[in-house]
Amino acid sequence: MNELFNEITVLSVVSLGAIGGVAAIVLFLVAQKFKVIEDPRIDEVEDLLPGANCGGCGLAGCRALAEAIVRAESLEGFNCPPGGSEVMQDIAEAMGWEASESTPMIAVLRCNGTREFAPPKVKYEGAMTCAFAHNLFAGEGGCPFGCLGCGDCVEACDFDAMYMDKDTNLPVILDDKCVACEACVKECPRDIIEMRKKGKKNRRIFVSCINKEKGGVARKNCKVACIGCGKCVKECKFDAITLENNLAYIDFEKCTLCRKCPPVCPTNAIHELNFPERKKKVEKEAKTE
Amino acid sequence: MRALKTFTMGGVHPPENKLAEKQAIERLEPPKSVAIPLAQHLGVPAEPVVSRGDQVKTGQLIAKGEAFISAHIHSSVSGKVKKIDAVTDASGYRKKAIIIDVEGDEWEEGIDRDEGLQKQCDLDAKEILEKVHNAGIVGLGGATFPSHVKLNVPRGKKAEYLIINGVECEPCLTADHRLMLEKGEEILVGVQLQMKALGVKKAIVGIEQNKPDAIQHFTKLAKDYEGISVQALEVKYPQGAEKQLIKALINREVPSGKLPIEVGCVVHNVGTAFAVYEAVQKNKPLIDRVVTVSGSSVKKPSNFMVRIGTPVSALIEAAGGLPEDTGKVINGGPMMGKALNDLEVPVTKGTSGILIFTENEASRPVEQNCIRCARCVTICPMGLEPYLLAPLAEKQRLEECEDERIMDCMECGSCLYICPSAKPLLDHIRVGKTRVGKMIRERSA
Repeated sequence: MNELFNEITVLSVVSLGAIGGVAAIVLFLVAQKFKVIEDPRIDEVEDLLPGANCGGCGLAGCRALAEAIVRAESLEGFNCPPGGSEVMQDIAEAMGWEASESTPMIAVLRCNGTREFAPPKVKYEGAMTCAFAHNLFAGEGGCPFGCLGCGDCVEACDFDAMYMDKDTNLPVILDDKCVACEACVKECPRDIIEMRKKGKKNRRIFVSCINKEKGGVARKNCKVACIGCGKCVKECKFDAITLENNLAYIDFEKCTLCRKCPPVCPTNAIHELNFPERKKKVEKEAKTE
Repeated sequence: MRALKTFTMGGVHPPENKLAEKQAIERLEPPKSVAIPLAQHLGVPAEPVVSRGDQVKTGQLIAKGEAFISAHIHSSVSGKVKKIDAVTDASGYRKKAIIIDVEGDEWEEGIDRDEGLQKQCDLDAKEILEKVHNAGIVGLGGATFPSHVKLNVPRGKKAEYLIINGVECEPCLTADHRLMLEKGEEILVGVQLQMKALGVKKAIVGIEQNKPDAIQHFTKLAKDYEGISVQALEVKYPQGAEKQLIKALINREVPSGKLPIEVGCVVHNVGTAFAVYEAVQKNKPLIDRVVTVSGSSVKKPSNFMVRIGTPVSALIEAAGGLPEDTGKVINGGPMMGKALNDLEVPVTKGTSGILIFTENEASRPVEQNCIRCARCVTICPMGLEPYLLAPLAEKQRLEECEDERIMDCMECGSCLYICPSAKPLLDHIRVGKTRVGKMIRERSA
């Protein structure tokens, strides 16, 4: 009994040991042959990124951005919208590079066609998606450029930075949550949402209308439409405002936020956000809180 | 009794509601002012050749469609061009139109306004085609494809059959039906002219069984016209679609993504045949058409012969005014038509009917979950799977949509009609089609 046990033990130990040895050698050789050398910095950069995988940088996700940054050995041309310059600064420090300057941007809704200013003339009953409504008609208020109010942009937002205001039937963008990933910009069938410079202290001035129709026609459908009168263009001392196709546009690179143009607009189409109240005329639209 | 011919795959039979089928076509006087849109056909919009302040006569060319797929546009009234401006049309958007203030009714010289039948025609194929082109004729069934392009068989292809669509499968509409009863001879002469232009020997007029008077009338008349036969068809929607009609009449299937000429067919509507007759024999361009105004609440459901550019409101007025409980006004048939968002929209070459639905009829039922009953699959005349396509389109899985042949959908609305859960299947498929179309164009660019 004892002898037999010994024999089996010895046999199995030897044979299994031999198999193990051979397998170890094969595994070692295979591991050598197919070794993947990965830059440890990729993991390091990925850890610094927010990890939202929003795609705002234009790449497939945070990992892809980290790989691209390490491959390029610089931060030139890369930007993480949710992380902003802080994250880029952190990465630069960790890698020992110089951080590229990035301007914080934010989504801006360029339509103020609320139920009050652009009263609905017809009732829309189809599928509640802007993509479909856009194919069907100009909109309940009649403006072919204005917001359709079905909320495709809100649906597209991964950061809870938008919601539909039930009273106005317009989406509201939350300043502190928007990370400028541009998902809403891509989704809007009418290109109403624009990425603009966030501005000092979140202050922004912009024309809240993209209607290119003639003034009278635009005004008929919406009380706060830009009628292309050109008053703001004359008022601006910095050549920041251009007038094209009956529509004024404020270049946010040139705009100095001097607040001269909003009061001259006859239809109140120029919006100023997050400014202190004016002393004489109080005309501030508290659109975004 | 032998079963009547029809197409084999799918199809539905909605309540017919042909309320205006006994009403003779009534000619409406030109309104005070007309707005004639420049984009009334598929393809490139026409370019205006008149300007503000010009005096125009009825039938005068006012806009030229020079592109390959485009059509000329003629003034439907005489008067003074008020302006060329954007006007809301049936698309729901403001598009360019020529607005004319009506003064009297003076016709362009050379147009034969005599009602008498003109059978004799000595023109050859090329001359007929030229006349059709000059008259700005487009498919009057609703798709408004320029007719001269269709009558010009592309090189390397051969047409065997001319198929005339007298099906009028959309419920409620009776415009083609009335035209067949009242202008039967003229339509058949038009068919002969089209046969000559195409160089085909055989023409088949397909008429659904719910128009027995038209079938009888045409069968009797067709005996005097060589090569033209009349075929009664089972009542089934969407039999008036080109591919379904070809399948029903001569049992040939048009391959996916191809045109009927691929199987040797050219399909024209009876209204188009009548327009061709008028253009060739009477020199009259396409300036008016028959429009059905109907609906359960309409006082006087009617068929009107109206000038292009007449506002829809004038038609409704002539039919007894807009009922108080109106929920929707539809341009076209109840299955494929589209609700109007403005009653001043002008009648165009593609307007076959104006339907007025009460609030009750127009409301959409509450959407529920898909119960996988597969009724939409059973009735889809193109053999698609709407229950699958709609969510794929909604989730923007465009490559999968393309694989599932979303572009074959002709938007007949049968799936939406049959769905017991009232899912907006077609709505999503339409959006998907637009997106997939864009994707395909970008890929080939």
